[in-house]
Amino acid sequence: MNIGILLKEGPYNHQAADTAYKFAEAAIKKGHTVDAVFLYNDGVINATNLTDPPQDDRNIAARWSNMAKEHGVEILACIAASKRRGITDDIMIEGGSITGLGTLTDIAIRNDRLLTFGD
Amino acid sequence: MLHTINTSPFESPAMEECIRFVQPGDPVLFIENGVYAVQNGNRFTDAIAALQKTSPVFALQPDLDARGISSVAPGVEGIGYDGFVDLVEAHQVNSWL
Amino acid sequence: MEDNVKKIMHVMRRAPHGSIYTYEGLEMILIMAAYEQDLSIAFIGDGVYALKKNQNTEGISMKGFAKTFMALDGYDVEKLYVDRVSLAERGLTEDDLLVDVELLDSAEIGRRMSEQDVVIHH
Repeated sequence: MNIGILLKEGPYNHQAADTAYKFAEAAIKKGHTVDAVFLYNDGVINATNLTDPPQDDRNIAARWSNMAKEHGVEILACIAASKRRGITDDIMIEGGSITGLGTLTDIAIRNDRLLTFGD
Repeated sequence: MLHTINTSPFESPAMEECIRFVQPGDPVLFIENGVYAVQNGNRFTDAIAALQKTSPVFALQPDLDARGISSVAPGVEGIGYDGFVDLVEAHQVNSWL
Repeated sequence: MEDNVKKIMHVMRRAPHGSIYTYEGLEMILIMAAYEQDLSIAFIGDGVYALKKNQNTEGISMKGFAKTFMALDGYDVEKLYVDRVSLAERGLTEDDLLVDVELLDSAEIGRRMSEQDVVIHH
């Protein structure tokens, strides 16, 4: 099964980013393809490389970056939502990029499932 | 269609709204703070029992564990992220944020 | 309908202005409308407030986007469903809404929901 994920909340403030990650990890382990994680609303804050959580906490941005590198999952931040929140190409995590809502539409069209995680 | 509910029913109308639209046979999965809905003996236990007459009801076990919920309403099945993936494979998804 | 056309339902469930979800949801709908998919919007719970007449956002310095819902017709988004129960619970009637909608019972909206390939809540 090919899966797209829409993530609508930022990291740490809400569990959504953790559940989305855990789900994606389990899906990949089972041999499914996670095509992309599209970040929307405050979800775009998942894509900044400026976060610096305490060492004994999970590093949510780094987790997404590693998933992009190791499993080819596209981490995509919506450009309109990013502009509102100060997320730019300069501070993008490795493996992440900024794109438009048209890409989300493509993700919805080309995958078997589109799952939403948010508040 | 798989319905997921991620907010506590004490905080949000999501569960009550979802239940009005669920089609007979549709599975319902409680995740995140949504799992408080299935703690046995709370004021939603009857609603969960009524829902189970037409729908299988699941709760994400890691979310139950994280919240110290060891006693769930009768018939509610705890599943892991693996089980979540299996449900998604079998159904389109409707997440009641 | 062609095989590559997906049925995508947007579900508005929040009141406008208090959070950005309704507004950014509407932005998403406007972009998706350009892709010629089978789009619909359901207004459930507080989501029905998005369509209320006489919203004036001047005093809170926010863009008044209620009228954009009226323009959806021009984007070929014509399937607007309002949950009858949600409207009645809030003491509203169809006359309080800005746009022409289909007022439906929960069971009928649920049935249409179950036919979707993708459902996105805002």
